[in-house]
Amino acid sequence: MNRILAVGALLLLMGAADISNLDRVMGALAERRHGHVSFTEKKFIAVLDKPVESSGELLYDAPDRLEKKTLRPKPEDLVLEGGVVSAQRGKRHYTLDLKQYPQVLPFIESIRATLAGDRAALEKVFKVDFGGDFEHWTLELVPLDARLARTVEAIHIEGEKDFIHTVETREADGDRSLMTISAAAGTDVAQ
Amino acid sequence: MTRRGGVATAVWAAFVVAAIFVVAFAHYTTDLSAFLPRSPTATQRLLVDQLREGIASRLILVGIEGADSAERARISVAMARRLRADPRFVAISNGEPVGVERDREVLFNHRYLLSETVTPSRFTAEGLRDSIQETLDLLASPMGMLAKSLLPRDPTGEMLQIIDQLGSERQPPSVDGVWASRDGKRALLVAQTRAAGSDTDGQEAAVAAVRAAFDAAVSSGGADGRVGAAAAPGGGGGNTGATGGNSRTPATLEMSGPGVFSVAARANIRHQVTLLSIISTLMITLMLLWVYRSFRALVLGLIPVASGALAGISAVALGFGSVHGITLGFGVTLIGESVDYSIYLFIQSQQKSNSALWSTIRLGVLTSVVGFMSLLPSGFTGLAQLGLFSISGLVVAALVTRYVLPNLMPARLNIGDVTPLGSAAAALLQRFTAARAWLLVIPVLAAVVLYTHRGPVWNHQLSALSPVSAADQDLDAMLRSDIGAPDVSYLVVISGPSEEAVLHSAQILDPALDGLVEQKVISGFESPARYLPSLEAQRARQTSIPETTALKGNLANALRGLPIQIDRLSPFLQDIDAARNQPLLTRKDLEGTSLAAGVDALLLNDGTRWSALLPLHVPTTVAIDIDRVHSAISKLAFGAGVEAVVLDVKGEVDRLYSSYLSEVVRLSLAGFAGIVVLLTIFLRSPARTARVVAPLALAVLTVTAGLVLLGQQLTILHLIGMLLIVAVGSNYALFFDRSSNDPHAGSAPLTLASLVIANTATVLGFGVLGFSSVPVLSALGSTVAPGAFFALVFSALLAGAGPRAAAAA
Repeated sequence: MNRILAVGALLLLMGAADISNLDRVMGALAERRHGHVSFTEKKFIAVLDKPVESSGELLYDAPDRLEKKTLRPKPEDLVLEGGVVSAQRGKRHYTLDLKQYPQVLPFIESIRATLAGDRAALEKVFKVDFGGDFEHWTLELVPLDARLARTVEAIHIEGEKDFIHTVETREADGDRSLMTISAAAGTDVAQ
Repeated sequence: MTRRGGVATAVWAAFVVAAIFVVAFAHYTTDLSAFLPRSPTATQRLLVDQLREGIASRLILVGIEGADSAERARISVAMARRLRADPRFVAISNGEPVGVERDREVLFNHRYLLSETVTPSRFTAEGLRDSIQETLDLLASPMGMLAKSLLPRDPTGEMLQIIDQLGSERQPPSVDGVWASRDGKRALLVAQTRAAGSDTDGQEAAVAAVRAAFDAAVSSGGADGRVGAAAAPGGGGGNTGATGGNSRTPATLEMSGPGVFSVAARANIRHQVTLLSIISTLMITLMLLWVYRSFRALVLGLIPVASGALAGISAVALGFGSVHGITLGFGVTLIGESVDYSIYLFIQSQQKSNSALWSTIRLGVLTSVVGFMSLLPSGFTGLAQLGLFSISGLVVAALVTRYVLPNLMPARLNIGDVTPLGSAAAALLQRFTAARAWLLVIPVLAAVVLYTHRGPVWNHQLSALSPVSAADQDLDAMLRSDIGAPDVSYLVVISGPSEEAVLHSAQILDPALDGLVEQKVISGFESPARYLPSLEAQRARQTSIPETTALKGNLANALRGLPIQIDRLSPFLQDIDAARNQPLLTRKDLEGTSLAAGVDALLLNDGTRWSALLPLHVPTTVAIDIDRVHSAISKLAFGAGVEAVVLDVKGEVDRLYSSYLSEVVRLSLAGFAGIVVLLTIFLRSPARTARVVAPLALAVLTVTAGLVLLGQQLTILHLIGMLLIVAVGSNYALFFDRSSNDPHAGSAPLTLASLVIANTATVLGFGVLGFSSVPVLSALGSTVAPGAFFALVFSALLAGAGPRAAAAA
């Protein structure tokens, strides 16, 4: 009986530690008002012999402006601002109201909410599993919505303190993409 | 009763029976037809077609308010399900992904016929490499989700090209799976009716169907809604409202659109015409009863009025095929003039000489007929109808008064003595006669008012006549911007002998329109050829696909160096093999898709001719430079022998109305000139003519200046009102003229009394009209009521100069 209680207390403590670490990471992320980093993204697609690669920059302004500026292989600019995504690719310009595309929203929201340290927003869409500690942490995000889970299995984010290193998206069909983030050339990461 | 009288009465009775028959079976409309030209030009015909039957005329915009968002969505879905099964509707859109699968399937299966990028160079090794590389690049992009699943069957990206071609229509945001307004407080639904906008009966049925669907959806929610509400977080709490779950306010329905407006306008005009006729008839009846003190005289007096109205409606029904509600509205006004005849008869026949009375009435009727005749040639159907209505109505009323009424009158009609009234009026007049010179001030004052008036006196917009209330127009604007309803203010209309011809022409114009988009003159355009390319274009695309072996060779070359193996693309080779020989896409293949509605809306056939409509999207930031569109289209169209017209719908409508307005001004002046000529011939004295015409002109000037002073912008109806002032007022002027020139004419007080009574009837009839909320009716009323009064006063004052007036006093 005592042992059971002790194990229970330990489990509770561990849980509490996790939660406090997650909150600590989120708090640190939330303190960031701006971010400017470089990214490279590799998509591993079954029908292709080798992954397709793209690279560019990510710009973030708290709490809800995120710009993904792809420079290679084709320049493309994707801006999320106030729930609206506008994209510029070649001569074409697209605007999507995210509320109309519930299937796209979570993927953009996962990055946006993580950057903003918005735990509540993350937990609205995903089951959030926190691993590691403040110095080196992982977030495993699994879509709550069954329909979303049919396309995306999970999003795996790794980071250190208030900096995100990688974002890996595993799709339900086995394809995956890996985005690696590094400090943008000539810019201060923690600005 | 004399033999002649008997014949007249019999003829009249036969006429009444026939007229009742015609009136009962006449067709009544309230649509735009009254405002449309009778002999339109080619552009005007296009315009008329658009207004009557175009896509925009068939849309009913529906808003669902109140309750909570889940309940609104449930109602929207339930309404849509019911209306989609209703043959009165072509399409129901509410944001549900209905038919999206089928649309995509049709597009995908015909992608090599639909895609504009399918040309011979597309399938060379180089072309294939470029397009496949493009698709691979897209895979790398955040937009690549769709491209990935399509890759094996569509590596060249034709499906994405088609989606690009069709463009992403602006769609309202979705809340709970259905369209909602930007603030999320209203669920939105768009219904496209099968009935044309001009088919008011059809629109009325459609509006009723929407309402019934809403009612059914709301009441069906009683049980379901509660379950849904209880399941919603925080919705449990024992609040079990009778309808619609836990919502505090019940859901309400709002509807807008041209059809809804014309249904409401018809009901409103019908209601107001009925109500106002009853009120004015009642008031005039009471007044006459008070004057005559004889019920019999009252009934007799209404006989010419009723006969005139019957004649007017019958003449219009027979002459135009249908009677417009507005004509009926004006017809009410006829009471004002035709009741005068019997008043003159009853009161003045108490005197000895009747022939002078008849000759004066005859001239009065002739004057009115000449005035109204000027409306007959009008291109404005409503005015031509009014002209015919008035002429036939007045002539019949006068004839009935002259030839039938005396037969029906007892040998001695006992009516109240109005001599005291006449004497009192004469005395009052006498007191003011001295001030007559002041009348000269009126034209001066009026001229000053009109001259110094800032802003345009005339309103050149047709909407000034619109019976749609400002509140309804606001609702319409709000729903329209919420839904992003297709803006069809600017269209390119292409005509040709066949469907194929107009589709082909539409494709010829594509470069010009693309150029305009690039130059940001327009922000986009739609074309039926995007959903349904001409057979010629499809055939060209089909023949640009090389033979299997050649294609395989090109593909193998193209893939060299690309990260994809050719055997991964065997679905592509199979599909394109099939596409080479697949039957061309026709309208029938689109059946059951939303594309069919798109094509049908943009492709019209009137039996012999086909038209393709290319609605232009107007840039939101700057005003459209329609001249540049004109020149770009006509340059290309002329060279290629394409029949294309750029149509600016609102501008064209206003131009049309403006042209009516100036036409009516010209016709009215002609009518006025006709009246002057007529009077000169009959009175045989320019001086007498001047004395008859002067008070009428003064009355018109006074009223015009008054309206302008009150800030009214004058419309075509004010002008018609002025014509009516002249028509009615000429009777007064003629009677005064007679009494001041004919020493044997009857007693002045009696004449004066009959004029005062007739005038009161007119002022009452039109005055009531002035309170109508239908702009055309109130414009008429507020012009004629004061105008008739001034016409009497001015006629009396000016006639005061004559010898008889002095003798009467």
